[in-house]
Formats: sequence, structure tokens, C-alpha cells
Amino acid sequence: MKFQIPIGPQHPALKEPIGLRVMVEGEIIRDADLRLGYNHRGIEKLAEQKTWIQNIYLTERICGICSHSHTTCYVQGVEKLMELQVPRRGLYIRTLVSELERVHSHLLWLGVAGHEAGFDSFFMYTWRDREIVMDILETITGNRVHYGINTIGGVRRDLDELQVKKILDSLDILRKRSEYYKNLGTTEPSFVARLAGVGYLSKEDAIALCAVGPTLRASGVPRDVRKDDPYAVYDEIPFEVCTADTCDVLGRTVVRIKELFQSYNMIEFMLKNLPEGPIAVRAPRRAKPNEVVSRYEAPRGENIHYIKSNGTDKPERLKVRAPTLGNYAATIKMLKNGFIADVPLIFAAIDPCICCAERAVALVDARTGEEKVVPMLALKQLSQKIYGLNARKREVEWPL
Amino acid sequence: MATLKTFIYLIVYPGLLFLFIYSTFVEWYDRKLYARFQNRMGPTHTGKAGILQPIADFFKLMAKEDITPERADKGLFSALPAFGLAIVSTAMLLLPVWNYSLEKPSFTSFNGDLIVMLYLLSLPTFIFFLAGWSSTNLFSTVGAARVLTMLFGYEVPLFLSVLSPAILAGSWRMAEIAAFYRARPLLILVNLLAFFIALICIQAKLERTPFDIPHAETEIVGGTFTEYSGKKLALFRLMMDVEMVVAAGLLATVFLGGFPANPWIGLVSFILKTLFVIFFLSLIRATTSRIRVDQVVSFSWKYLAPLAVLQLLIVILVKGFIS
Repeated sequence: MKFQIPIGPQHPALKEPIGLRVMVEGEIIRDADLRLGYNHRGIEKLAEQKTWIQNIYLTERICGICSHSHTTCYVQGVEKLMELQVPRRGLYIRTLVSELERVHSHLLWLGVAGHEAGFDSFFMYTWRDREIVMDILETITGNRVHYGINTIGGVRRDLDELQVKKILDSLDILRKRSEYYKNLGTTEPSFVARLAGVGYLSKEDAIALCAVGPTLRASGVPRDVRKDDPYAVYDEIPFEVCTADTCDVLGRTVVRIKELFQSYNMIEFMLKNLPEGPIAVRAPRRAKPNEVVSRYEAPRGENIHYIKSNGTDKPERLKVRAPTLGNYAATIKMLKNGFIADVPLIFAAIDPCICCAERAVALVDARTGEEKVVPMLALKQLSQKIYGLNARKREVEWPL
Repeated sequence: MATLKTFIYLIVYPGLLFLFIYSTFVEWYDRKLYARFQNRMGPTHTGKAGILQPIADFFKLMAKEDITPERADKGLFSALPAFGLAIVSTAMLLLPVWNYSLEKPSFTSFNGDLIVMLYLLSLPTFIFFLAGWSSTNLFSTVGAARVLTMLFGYEVPLFLSVLSPAILAGSWRMAEIAAFYRARPLLILVNLLAFFIALICIQAKLERTPFDIPHAETEIVGGTFTEYSGKKLALFRLMMDVEMVVAAGLLATVFLGGFPANPWIGLVSFILKTLFVIFFLSLIRATTSRIRVDQVVSFSWKYLAPLAVLQLLIVILVKGFIS
């Protein structure tokens, strides 16, 4: 018996709205279809109406988990446009926050994976220890989620000795805890039984479908922007690109746990080799007409910002390619011929951030399922027609 | 007078009222343990240490809007929760805790009541299947199919492992089995393997992690209970709690030497032993992740069933050795 199961836009496995139509035969998935556009926020259009500085805080709000990734990516691009030389201490602090953010994102992901597999104890433990990273981030930046530490030409807050010591102490606890999760996540029989062999994505497919981040690295492709095209201070920091060759969800878990340890080493290195000097330079208000592409390795994969300036204090165009978008095509491939029970795990394994990736709205007729492209003017006229007929009655009498 | 006594027996103690109070307490105990295993607080707010939380939840659900889907089989859909609760409550009366004498079999304790008990514990599974099937929701249908698929996995090992102590005791009457092991406590150790097999099977029967597959929320939303709300859901939840008490009571009777015939000592021993069994059930729940439905079947037939047969073999050998 073949039937279609709707997963989303509202579903307990999904933290954000996305439509997944799964054609199943018994418990086995025969086909899958992804529908985007439920969470479109028009951020790119909004960015064209704000100044360079204001846009930092706008891009920060693209995502709640990799907020620093988006601002850094944006700020790097703008600095290139304005031809600014960021002081090294500023770059170190910026990189420090991005590595801490990676730790927090990966710990969060481990918890989510546990929850999707029905392993709620794992979820509770990892999220408890994630608080430690959140506290570190709060000591550095003053905020837990939207750090607001980047500015054009450097960072906004400096680090002192006391903070460095506190972070190093917390790092020891995190290392110990992560060691425990490494054992638990890769040896607990029922958990491994759910992860191993699920969501297979071969090396060739991963490259052909443009997968990014841990999804790609778990298929045995050592591709990492931090290594391939070093930005900030990644060319000075020793680290390895973590890969796995199992090509499944277990591999993606292993890659993320390995990256945690790499990040701890990098954080320690940066804290111990923090250069002296200023943290920021003064940035001009305008940028010369030019265009730039900025790449950044977010916790979820490669994040790309394209920025075009026209000589004013506002960008002419800001285009964001969030890592989740790069992984969608691979997800469909992974879902096929899997079990219904694996849908949340496979989908969670790309660490989807849906509102990051929403760049368009598709207009679908609810009755016929027909899709169409409608110009803005026609949409406006349609809304005037509908709401003109059902105009709100302004002078309604209060019934009592 | 006899009528009044039967009435009290059915409604107050050990009937519905006691069952309601004890099963909600057990739910609190399970939730609290589960929460402490996970480094959480668990219920804290209602009553002392949140002990009244399950009762509050029950009454809250009772007051909520009750929706029956348009395309559902309405009669079946509404009757199932009450049926289920009735079945597990009946099973509760069979436990040899109250009102039994070893010499005189009665209508709650007779030769073969172990089989009736297992039968009554199998019925809730079909209730869940029918509940999922009659709500006609896609998620419920998938859940219902999973309920039945799982049944094929764990039912046989459960029967085998519960019957092996009965074979050693040479009786099909729970009171007599318990009395046999109370007289010879060392023989309890012979059935240790069967006890753990039965624990795992009971976990599967109660649909708790790692076997919460029919209502895996991240996969198929509410599974079998997707369309249930309000009073019906409240009854279903109560039914699961009672089922947990009955199943724990069954294991305590068969594997842990049952309960002395004295009503008060019997009650205390019943509470202690069921809580002991439920401690293990919570531990399993906290330390495992949900497995797939095909893994349940292969796991039961690859490991549980052969081990249960091995246990039967051990029991038969020991029986020959004793006699």
C-alpha cells in the first residue's frame, strides 16, 4: 500500500516549518519531496535598506545558532570592500568566538540527534553541558545567543586575563564531558543501531549534490573552508580537517564529535597566543562600488555571502547562501529507500536551519496543488481584492 | 453484606479507587526516577515533591475538549479507552495480593489464572491497534501497524519466560507459584535470566523507550494516539499506568516470590516489589534510545526467544535434579 505522509510544516521532529512529503510503502520511503518557503522573512531585501553597520545586526538575526557565522561572513566581505586591515587581536577574538560557537552548535546538535532517536537522556546531558559554552560566550560578549561582537574593522569587546583563565578552566570540564559523549554516542548499542548505515550518501553523490560541512566530510571528502581558503587567522592555528568514511548518520556524529575536540584545541591555542594591540580600526561610512564573495565555515558547513556596493552607505545587494540550502539536495537522496523511522534522524543529521535557508516563497494553490510565479503587483492587487471585499468593520458597536 | 463486600472490593479496595491512586503514584515514581536519571527535577509543583502531578494531569485532560475525527469509526473510537481500562483493571484483581487462600481456589485465584493474566495483558495491545486503526489518521495507521508488528516480536519470549517459573513450581496458579518460591528462595535465582527477558518484553508491551515505536513523536507525531484528546486520552493514559502496575505485579508474583497472604504485609510487599520492578523499567527507559520496528522483531527472535528457550531447558533440568 502506497501512501503519502506529510512531515511538516508542523511536526514534532521539526523545530522550524518545512514541508516534507514522503511517499511510503509500508515503512519504506519510496520518494521524498521538499517544500520551502514557509519561513521566508525577506532579509535580503531588508538589507538593501539598511546601512553597512545596521546590517551586521540584521545578518546576526538570520540564524539563532550560527549568528556569529553570518555576521563574520558579512563583515569579512564588507572589510574587503572597504579595504580595511583588521588588527590581529581583533581577528583572534573573532575566531575565538566562532570556534566557541561551533562547540555550542555541535553540542546542541548532539542533543537534537539524541532526541530524534528517542534517546532523551543524551539530549538532557548534552544540553546541560552546552550551558558551559553559553556562559563562556556570555563572559566574552555579554550575550548568550546574538553575541553582537563583530563590527566592521574588528570586534567590539576586548578580553582580559581573568576571562582567559575562566575560559580555560571551563574548557577542561567541557573536554572531559565530550570524552564521555564520544564513548556514549559511538558505543551505546541501541543508539548506534539507529545511526549506523542510515542515510547513506556516497562520496561521489556528496560531491555531485554539493553537500557541505559535516555531511560532506562524513562521506570522506576533506573539504573545509578554514583549510582550503583560510580566512581570519586560520592559517596560523594548527588543526585538522575531521572526516569519516562510513557515509552515514553515525559518521556525521563522529565528525561532529571530532570537530569538538579540534575546536577545544584551537580555543586553547588562541587564548594562549592572544596577540597584543588594538581590537578594531575605524571604518568609513561608505564603500566604493565593487562586489565581493565571502566564504566562511559555519558549524553546519560553508556559508557564502555575496555583497555588492554602489558607493553609498548601503549595500546594493546582499545574497546569503546558508549551508542548509547546500545540503537539501543530498537529503532527498539520503531519504530514498530508508525507513519512516529514519526521516527525523537523516533530516536532523544535516543540522538543518530552515529559516537561514529560506530565500523564496512558492505560491501553491491549496486546492489544485498548482504552482505559479506571480509578480509583486499582481499579488498586491489580489490582496486588495480579497481584503477589499472582507474589509474590517471599523465602527462596530461594543455588544455590552 | 456479601454484596457490599464485593462492591467495596471492586470499587474501593483493591478495585478502581486504590488502582487509580496507586497507578498515579507509580506514574509519579517513574517520572521522577526518569527525570533524576536525566539530571532533571521532574514534577515538583503539585503536592509534596510533585506527587499529585499525575492526578492533576488526569483531571486536566478530563476537562479538555474531546474531539472525535469525522471519518473515524465513532462507536469503536469512543469505546476503546473504557474497554482498555476495564481489561487491565480486571487483570489487577487476579494478582494474588488480596483475598486469596492457598487451599481454596476462588474466582480471582484459580488454577490457570497465569494464562488468563497473560491473555488479559495481550488485549491492551489489540486495543491500541484498534485505536490507531479506527482513527483513520495516517500517523495513527502507521502506529497501529507498528503495534502489531512489535507484538509478533515480544509476545512469544514473554510467554516463554513467564511460563518457565511456573513449570519449575509445577502449577499454573500464581498464588501457588509464589508460595513455592517463598518456601525455597534459592530457586528464584534459577529464573534470573527469564526475569530479565520478561522485563524487556514488559517494557515493549508498555511501549516505553526503547520500544516506544508506535507513538514515536519525532517520527509519527502521536502515533496511535494522534487523534485522541480529552477524556479518552486521559483514560488511555490511566490505562497505561494501570497496565504498568499489573505487569510489574505479575513479574513480582512469578519471579520475586509474590506476596504473603496477610492483607497488610501483603500490601506492603506488593508496593515494595512493584516499585523494585518499575525501577528497572525506568532504568531501561533512561539508558536506551528508541530502536526501529524491524530491529525489535529481529532482536526478539535472535536473542530473546532463544534465551527464553534456554531458560526453559535450565528449568526442566533443575526440576529433574530436584525431584
